[in-house]
Amino acid sequence: MNLMKIFKNGLLDENPIFVQLLGMCPTLAVTTSAINGVGMGLAATAVLVASNAAISMMRKIIPSKIRIPAFIVVIASFVTIVGMLMEGYLPSLFKALGLFIPLIVVNCIILARAEAFASKNTVIDSIFDGLGMGLGFTLALTVLGAVRELLGAGSLFGWQLPFAYKPALMMILPPGAFIALGILLALYNVVKTKKSLS
Amino acid sequence: MENASIFVILVSSILVNNFVMSKFLGICPFLGVSKQVETATGMGMAVTFVITLAGMITYLVQKYILVFFHIEYLQTVAFILVIAALVQFVEIVLQKLSPVLYQALGVYLPLITTNCAVLGLALLNIQYKLNFVQTIFHSFGAAVGFSLAIILFAGIRERLAISDVPAPFKGFPIALITAGLMSMAFLGFAGLV
Repeated sequence: MNLMKIFKNGLLDENPIFVQLLGMCPTLAVTTSAINGVGMGLAATAVLVASNAAISMMRKIIPSKIRIPAFIVVIASFVTIVGMLMEGYLPSLFKALGLFIPLIVVNCIILARAEAFASKNTVIDSIFDGLGMGLGFTLALTVLGAVRELLGAGSLFGWQLPFAYKPALMMILPPGAFIALGILLALYNVVKTKKSLS
Repeated sequence: MENASIFVILVSSILVNNFVMSKFLGICPFLGVSKQVETATGMGMAVTFVITLAGMITYLVQKYILVFFHIEYLQTVAFILVIAALVQFVEIVLQKLSPVLYQALGVYLPLITTNCAVLGLALLNIQYKLNFVQTIFHSFGAAVGFSLAIILFAGIRERLAISDVPAPFKGFPIALITAGLMSMAFLGFAGLV
């Protein structure tokens, strides 16, 4: 498999949110604004790339019987590192994402890629897989965050809309997350069926 | 939260701060194992069992190991290991002691390790600075809240499966919108405590 194909596979064809529906907790919880979506996505991408690379390097020495605990320890270590870096350099984002930074450990996408890809492929391939999947996740979170921020707060990436708009507060409350993602998934399905018909 | 009474903690964690509906913890099993009321009930029971135990054990680990040796930064790594080991342990013990219960809960147990509700709850207990008794009730309440949400949701989805849904909304999109409406209902509990 060539690298571009692996990358595109994660970003679009097998998008972790829109296609595989993995990692829903952070997706719904932190996307109250587009910036939070980008931040969460990039934090998860960093962990995913690092853990994919590390697990791929160690794939021949990890006994298959205890591979899952071993993967979890590797992932948890990288999550701790990313968490500490964010707390040091991006304290406001760290505060906004709160509990969901340590919870990257139990994000199903990361363990799923470790198990399905990194434990069977070379280091370079695994890094590109991590990048593709991570950025696919970031893309989905950013879109969802932008939609919710636009409707719920009348702004985009923190900039107010140029015209008067009365925000629908519901969209940045918990129900808005479920409903917005439901409608986005339905739109994704419409586009996909149109594409496969033509 | 520090000095809240046990009753307040229980009501708030079951209804007001429902784990699924307002904290977004445990969404994966909530969407994944909610096609039938029966399986949802099994999952709910397994989660209640594991979360309550995990809440107690992680509290002790935090207090007597991590804080004692000043290695609080290892919290995430330590907790996830404790949870993974606990799930394995519960599985083995149940299999030996109560085959009936094991048959009911067995298939759901391995799934719980990566259920973010368990780790999330362990971290929240510490963040809220609860004492041991409060930890037990907060954990139990959160788990009951999770079970309540998943069983109600499964009931709705059983009906949903036989209704006429527009093609693009079939499957997950309509389930998510349903969950959104349920979450709106749970918002009604805000201000109860």
